[in-house]
Amino acid sequence: MKGDREKVLARIREALVLSAPHHDEPVGVKATSSAPFRAWLPPVGEAIGEQVVLFARQSEVLKTEFLECADVAVAAAHLAKLAAENGWKRLAWHAGALNEGVVPHLSSVPGLELLKVGAGYDPDALEACDAGITECETLVAQTGSVMVSALSSGGRALSVLPHHHVVVARREQMVSDLAESYARVEKRYPGGLPSFLSFISGPSRTGDIERILVLGAHGPKKLTVLLLP
Amino acid sequence: MSQILDQFQSDTARTTADVPRRAFVRKALRGYEVKRDETKATFTDWQRARNAASAIKYEGVNHLDRYLQEFEEKFTARGGKVYWASNAAQAREYILGLARDRGVKSIVKSKAMTSEEIHLNAALEKEGYEVVESDLGEFIQQLKKEPPYHFVFPCMHLKRGEISALFEKELGTAPTDSPEELTQIARRFLRRQYLKADMGISGGNFIVADRGVISITENEGNARLTTAMPKIHVALIGIEKILPRMEDLALFLPMLATAGTGQHLTCYNSMYGGPRQPGEIDGPEEFHVVLLDNHRTRLLADPEQRDALHCIRCGACLNVCPIFKNIGGHAYGTTYQGPIGSVITPHFRGLQDWKHLSGASSLCGACTETCPVKIDIHHHLLRNRRNAAAQKPVWWERIVWFGYVQTMTRPWLLRIATKLAPFAQKLHPLVLGGVFDPVRAWTKSREFPEVAGESFHDWWKKRKAKKS
Ligand code: SF4
Repeated sequence: MKGDREKVLARIREALVLSAPHHDEPVGVKATSSAPFRAWLPPVGEAIGEQVVLFARQSEVLKTEFLECADVAVAAAHLAKLAAENGWKRLAWHAGALNEGVVPHLSSVPGLELLKVGAGYDPDALEACDAGITECETLVAQTGSVMVSALSSGGRALSVLPHHHVVVARREQMVSDLAESYARVEKRYPGGLPSFLSFISGPSRTGDIERILVLGAHGPKKLTVLLLP
Repeated sequence: MSQILDQFQSDTARTTADVPRRAFVRKALRGYEVKRDETKATFTDWQRARNAASAIKYEGVNHLDRYLQEFEEKFTARGGKVYWASNAAQAREYILGLARDRGVKSIVKSKAMTSEEIHLNAALEKEGYEVVESDLGEFIQQLKKEPPYHFVFPCMHLKRGEISALFEKELGTAPTDSPEELTQIARRFLRRQYLKADMGISGGNFIVADRGVISITENEGNARLTTAMPKIHVALIGIEKILPRMEDLALFLPMLATAGTGQHLTCYNSMYGGPRQPGEIDGPEEFHVVLLDNHRTRLLADPEQRDALHCIRCGACLNVCPIFKNIGGHAYGTTYQGPIGSVITPHFRGLQDWKHLSGASSLCGACTETCPVKIDIHHHLLRNRRNAAAQKPVWWERIVWFGYVQTMTRPWLLRIATKLAPFAQKLHPLVLGGVFDPVRAWTKSREFPEVAGESFHDWWKKRKAKKS
C-alpha cells in the first residue's frame, strides 16, 4: 500500500518556511553531542571502584539483587543456591563465553533442566522457564541499569520472558552513564547495531494500581546481577 | 459545536462535585510531584539539562523533513518498513490491510496514545480481530470500556476495590484487596496473549534519525514482549517524536523518567532498529513503522506554537495542573488531557470547537515551569484564546471590552464608575441569578465580592493628607 510520503513531506516543508521563535531565554548550550550532558546529570565517579559502589546502591533502590563474585565458582554456587531456594525446574540460557563458564556447573543441580536457546526455540518452552541467564553489553553505574542487546543477550525474549532474569557480567563492562554505553556498542558493532538494545533497570514493575509498587508486572519478577572480576 | 462545550460543562460539573474522587486523585498526583522533585534534585544542573533538551527538540522539529527521511533510509536499509500516513483513516487502513493480508487473528498491543487518537481498537474489533491491551492500566481501561484517564497513568482514578470488581465481572476471578494479586491476574491472562498473538502493535517515545531506531519507554515489560513474540510488529508514532542522534537519548531517557514518574530511569528503555536480523535468535519477521501526521503539520505551520510539538508526553504538566486535579482526565473529552492537551487539541480538531479548553486555565504557569522541554504551555493557552477571538469574534464580548477600554482610558469616567459601583451593587439582589444578572456565571456558585466604598485613589489622597 502506498502512503502519503510526498504529501506529508511537502506539508512539513511548507510549514517550516517560517522559522519558530525561541520562547525561553537564549539557551547558551549548543547541544550537538552528548559530552556536555554529563555535567548536568546526576554525578558519577571516574574510578571503576566508585562506579561499582554506585551501581550497588542503585540496585538496592531498584530491588535488583547485586552480587560481586570473586570467581566463576562463587557465581555458580550462588546460582545453585537460587535454584534450590526458588525451586527452579527449568533454566534457559544462551551461548557466550561468560555463560559457558558458569552455567555448565549447574548441570549437577538435581531436577534442573537446562534449555539453551540457539538458532531458535519454542516460545512456550521458554515461557515455562523459571529463570533466564544472559550476558549483557554494559552495566550503567549512574542508573543501576543493565544494557542488553539481541546479540549479546540471547535475543529479545530470553531477558524478559522467564520469571527470574540473571545477568552475568564482568567488571570491565561497568560504564558511567548511558552515553558511555552507546559509545561502547557503537565501537563493538561498527557494521551496524543489533536490531534490539535495551536498558533494564530492575525487575519489571508497575504502579498502575493506587501507585503501589508491584514487581513482576509482565516481565521478570526478580533480577540478579552477578559481577565477575 | 456548542455540544462539545455543553458536554464539557456538564462533565466538569459532575466530576468536580465528586469530592472523594478528587481527593484520591489529588493525593496520587501529589505523590508523583514529590518523587519527581527528589529525583530532580540528584541532577547536577536540571535547568541546563532542560535548556539542552529544549534545544535538541527545536533542532529536530525544525528540520523534521530531513531527520524523518534519514530515519526512513536507515530503518528500511535493515528491512524495516516505513509508512507515511496523512490522517487517521489512512493509518487505520494500512494496519487493517496488513492484518487482512497476513491472515492475522489475534493482536496484542502495548500502550500507544496514537492508537487512541485514531480509534484503532474499534476499527480492528469491527473487522473481527481480537485486540488485547497489555499495559496494566490500559488493560483495565479496556475492560472498563473507558478511555485512559491520564496519558501516562491510564487508571490512576480507580481504587483497588473497583478494579477487583471489574476483574470479577469480566474475567471471573475471585475478589481481592491486594494490588499485587490484581497485577498477577492480569499477568497470567496476558502471558497467553503474547504467545498467541500474530501481530503486535506499539507506540514509540522517540524516533532516532542517525541510527534509524525507535525507542520505547515502559515499566512493565509488556512492550518488550509485544515487540519480541508476534511475527509482525507495527509501531504507530507521531512524526514529532524525532530526535537527531542516538546519543541524545542519554539525556532524554533520564529526563523523561524524572519528569514523568520520578524514576531515575524507567524500567525498560528499548531501541528497535527493524525486524530480526541475520544472526539474531528471535524477533518479528516484519517491523512496520507508521509515521502519523494527522494534523501535526497544522501545528507545525504555526511557528508561534510549534514548540508544542517538542512534547515528550511525560505527563508532568498534568500532575501539577490545578484544573486537571479538579476536573480529572475524562472531562477534557480529548485523547491528550491536561495543559498540553488543551494547547494541541484545538490545532488537531478545530479551534472553535475546542477553544474552551484554553479558557479552562488559571494561567498559573505551573505546567510551563515543570515541562522538561520548556514548552511555553500557559502562554499558548492565551494565544489560542486570542486566535479564537480574532477568527470568530463574539459580539457581546466586543461590547464589554469596548466599554472597558473606554472607561479605563478616561480617568474621569473611571472615577464616576467607581463612585457609582457601590450603589449599583445595592441593586444587584433585584436581578441576582436571573437573566438580567450581568455576572450570573459567577454568582451561580459563588458570592460576588463586595465593592469597596471608597476607591484606592481617594484612599491614597486621604492618607497623604493625614500624614502631612
Ligand atoms: S508538555 Fe512538557 S510537561 Fe507536558 S507532557 Fe509534554 S513534555 Fe511533559
